[in-house]
Formats: sequence, structure tokens, C-alpha cells
Amino acid sequence: MSESDHPSSGVGQHRVVGLVIDTILCVVSVMMLLPLVFLISNAFKTPPELLAWPPTIVPHQPTLENIVSVLRETPLFRWIGNSLIFATLSTASIVSTSAIAGYVLGKFDLPGFTVIFTVIIATAVVPFEVYMIPLYLNVQSAGLLNTWPGLLVGYLVMSFGIFLIRQYVMTSIPDELLEAARVDGAGEGWIFLRIVLPLMRGPLGALAVLAFFQAWTAFAWPLVVMTNKETYTLEVGLALFQTGFTVDIGHLSAAAALALVPSALFFSLMRRNFVRGVAASGLKE
Amino acid sequence: MRTKPKWLFPVLALLPILGLYCCIRVYPIIETLRLSLYQWNIISRRKPFVGFANFIELTSDPLFLEAIFNTTVIAFSIVVITIPVGLALAALINSRQGLRRSGVYEASVFLPHVVSLVPAAMAWKWIFDARLGPLNALIGLVGIPAQSWLFDPVLSLLCLVILCSWQAIGYAVLIFLVGLKNVPDALYEAARLDGASSLQAFRYVAVPLLKPVILYVSVITLISSYNIYAQAFVLASDVQGAPGHLVRVLVLDMLENSFRNYRVGYAAAEAVILLAIVLILTGAQFRLFRDRSRA
Repeated sequence: MSESDHPSSGVGQHRVVGLVIDTILCVVSVMMLLPLVFLISNAFKTPPELLAWPPTIVPHQPTLENIVSVLRETPLFRWIGNSLIFATLSTASIVSTSAIAGYVLGKFDLPGFTVIFTVIIATAVVPFEVYMIPLYLNVQSAGLLNTWPGLLVGYLVMSFGIFLIRQYVMTSIPDELLEAARVDGAGEGWIFLRIVLPLMRGPLGALAVLAFFQAWTAFAWPLVVMTNKETYTLEVGLALFQTGFTVDIGHLSAAAALALVPSALFFSLMRRNFVRGVAASGLKE
Repeated sequence: MRTKPKWLFPVLALLPILGLYCCIRVYPIIETLRLSLYQWNIISRRKPFVGFANFIELTSDPLFLEAIFNTTVIAFSIVVITIPVGLALAALINSRQGLRRSGVYEASVFLPHVVSLVPAAMAWKWIFDARLGPLNALIGLVGIPAQSWLFDPVLSLLCLVILCSWQAIGYAVLIFLVGLKNVPDALYEAARLDGASSLQAFRYVAVPLLKPVILYVSVITLISSYNIYAQAFVLASDVQGAPGHLVRVLVLDMLENSFRNYRVGYAAAEAVILLAIVLILTGAQFRLFRDRSRA
């Protein structure tokens, strides 16, 4: 690395500095992961071992008892299924609305479009929690409590998604390409579906991961809209399950670990997309 | 061949999305502003206009004042922890760039940010647990008596700050790493030729260049911390039958006013105050940005 060509210090000193940095980073990494590691390991412990000090990382007598009883006591798979459906539908809606609106606002200059874009971005500043209650009252009066449409209403659009796609369309899709297709007699719908959409795959993938994550971790909205044990999302079901009177740490950890595994798996598979999406959201200035 | 007007496609494509935005974003936001001026109660039929009475009542509502105090303390504590720690970690990881293990470090620090909130909060709840938790056992080793972390009003705030900082650091590190990669190598070279150590080069070359990014991450972290709810909900809910200490945060107080006390107008006034805080923070960020780019 470029570190090693410092004129006044030897190679040995650099190796020591590198070792110190690696040690610090190793300790920090372990500390960051330790709570999650303990959670998963507690899921497989027997009640006496849960009380043992120091806490073990690999259980001495691993047991499936916790997991079996949690699955008997709660519709955990149902909640996971609910969350999957919710997150998938929300992602589909956010990706398609962002693709269309981002393209139209980026490539067509009609009067009023700047105002529309400004309004869309301005609503992004307002946290969801601020307007959640009127939205809830609307959903309630429409009779949509405890239904999929009612739950989805809060998560159909994402202003940042429109912003991201518009930015991409303006910088990376040349006007000449679209003009050429028009000269060849292609319709606008065909141009969008066949030319523009395939070119947007990269940013749409990043957006999809962000949208899925947002819905998967949603809490306050599903908590108030879905009030029936069968319709809970995973986060809500789990949060309410852990308020129970007689539930012990082993069962709680088992439920939490079962909930953790799909998301940890998904986001480690999608890490590159996720990082791109989050980094883009951080650099929108 | 029949030619369609040029505006037809964009207008037809945008219209449904615009309608959606009006129904689920613009209208509820305006409705929040309107409701905050009404005595809007779910159970009573009369819903009179009361002007700023809700806001005036809020200024002497002990529960609301507690909520806004707690939320502010929590939000600023999270930023005070997350930004320096995140910056230091990003600098260390950046200095190991190119080695395979730097990816491992990055992933481990980032993972807490992406795992689901509730299971993560449950993991920490066990750590903080007064009877079974490893934290008490750990401080016991150095002679500090066991604390009831989640029941004590001050300690439970601290627990919430630790949990939220643990989750927020990954985001800060990620954004700082992107920023650090954008610092031109030539600047470091120049600093080194002037005899600066790596630490000095970081302090006097990278940090000033990263200032806008640091500012941005601070504001984003502050705003999202003002909206915390799930973490408080999980940490504060009953532990093994014993009621935990409820850390009253803004969103919790708001939901309680509208769903437990049925005072929707009053809750809307709280939402307006939350919005005002967010707008002030965003505005401050833009102003600082402008001042910097002019200087």
C-alpha cells in the first residue's frame, strides 16, 4: 500500500501500526457481532445453561426445545410469510412507480413538472410518523384495517426512489438514443419498456433492496393497522410476543433468532446492492 | 401514420403516480396540519376549531415535556457517540483498504444496521437484563454492584442510546468510507511530503474535506433518532412479568394520545412539533452547507 513509502519510517514500524489497527478492528467487529451471536446461541440453550456465567457461545448441550415450543406457541412462519408478502408488494410498487416517474420527470420537460418534482422531494422531508395518524383514519374509514391494501397504503411510493432514478436517467441515458428510437417509429411505451427499463437495472436493483428493507423493518404502521394475531408482520408479532408474561429467555431468543436469519441471509446476499443504495442516499447532495 | 401528441405519454404515465402521492402523502400531511388546530376527538361528535390551544396545552403537559426531553437527549447522545466512533472506524478500515479483511470489518460493522430492529433489540434486552444479563455479571467482576438497567429512568435512557448507536454506526461508517475514498491521494502525498504523520494527514486533510459528509450523516442520524419507537417499545415492555421503565419518546407519546386517549387533534399538534424539529435540522444543514461553499 501507499502507506509503506513514507520517507522517514521503516517497514518494521509500519508492520506494528498495521498490527495494532487490525487488532482494534478485530475487537470492534467481534463486539458489534457479539449481541447477535449470543442471541442465536441462546436459542439453542437449556434453561440451566442460560443462567451460566460466563455465557457460552457454543451451547454444551444444544437443544431444539426452544425452537419447537416457539413454533407451537406462535404462528411465526405465518408472520414471516406476512412480512415477505408485504415487503415484496411494497418493493414492486416502489420500483415501478419510481421507474416511471423518474424517467418521465427526467426526460420530459412539460410545464409544471418542476413543481411536481419539488413537491415529491418536499414530502420526503416529512417523517412518516408525522402524517401516520390521518392516514390511519383514512384507512379506517375505508374499512381497510387488517387488510393488505390498508397495510400497503403507507409503503407504495418512495420519494428518494424517484429522485434516484431521475438522477440516473438524466446523467446516464442519452437523449440521442431515445430520439433514434422515435425516428424509427417506436412508441413511447415501447421505448420505456424495451430501451429505458433494461438500462435502469442497476439503480433499480439498489432501490429494490432499500425498499424491501424499509418494509421488512417497518414497525409503527403495521402495529396500528394490523391488529389481528394472524395478520401481524414479523416485527410486530415478535415485539408483542416478547411482552408476554410467561415467556422465558430461551423461547424469546429462539423466536428472535428465527426472525433474524432470513434478514441476515438476505442482506448478506444483497450486500453489494444495499451498500450502493445506502451510499447513493448518502451522497444525494 | 397518425401521430399522438408529445405530451400524452408523460402525462398519462405520471397521472396515476401523482394521484397516489396526493392521497397518501400530500393529503395526510395537510390533514395533520389542519387537525392540530382542532379539538378532534374520536369519541365525541363535536370537533370544534380551537386555534393554537393544543400547542399551548402541550407546553405544560408533563408527559409531552418528558417525551421531548428524552427524545432530544437520546438523539443528541446517539450523534455524539456515532459520529466520532464512525469516523475513527472508517479511517481505520480505510487504511486497510485493499486487504481482504477490510471487507470483513466493513461487513461486521454494517450488519447491525441491516438486521431487523426487533430481534436486535431483543438481543440487547437480554444483555441488559438485571437478573440474567451478562452486563451485570461483567460489571460485577470489577466490583460494581448490579444495576437494574431497564427499570431505572436514567439507565434505561442509556440502554436505548447504546442500542441505537450500535445500529447507527454501520451507516455512518459506510458513508464516511465512500467519502474517504473520494479524497484524492495526491493530497495525502502532499501532506506526507510536508512531514505530516498519517494521523495528522487524516486530521488536517481528510476531516476538513469530509465536513459536508459529517454534517449530512449527523443530521440524518439526528432526524431518524427523533423518530425512534420500535427500540423503546421493545426495551421498555414488560420483562419477565415485571414492568420495564417506559422510556417516553415523542412517537410513543403521540400514538398514546391518539390511540389510548383518542385525542387525535392533540396528537396532530405533537406531530407538527416533530415536523418543525425536523425542518429546523434540515434547514440548519442547508444553511451550513451554503456558508461553507461560499467561504
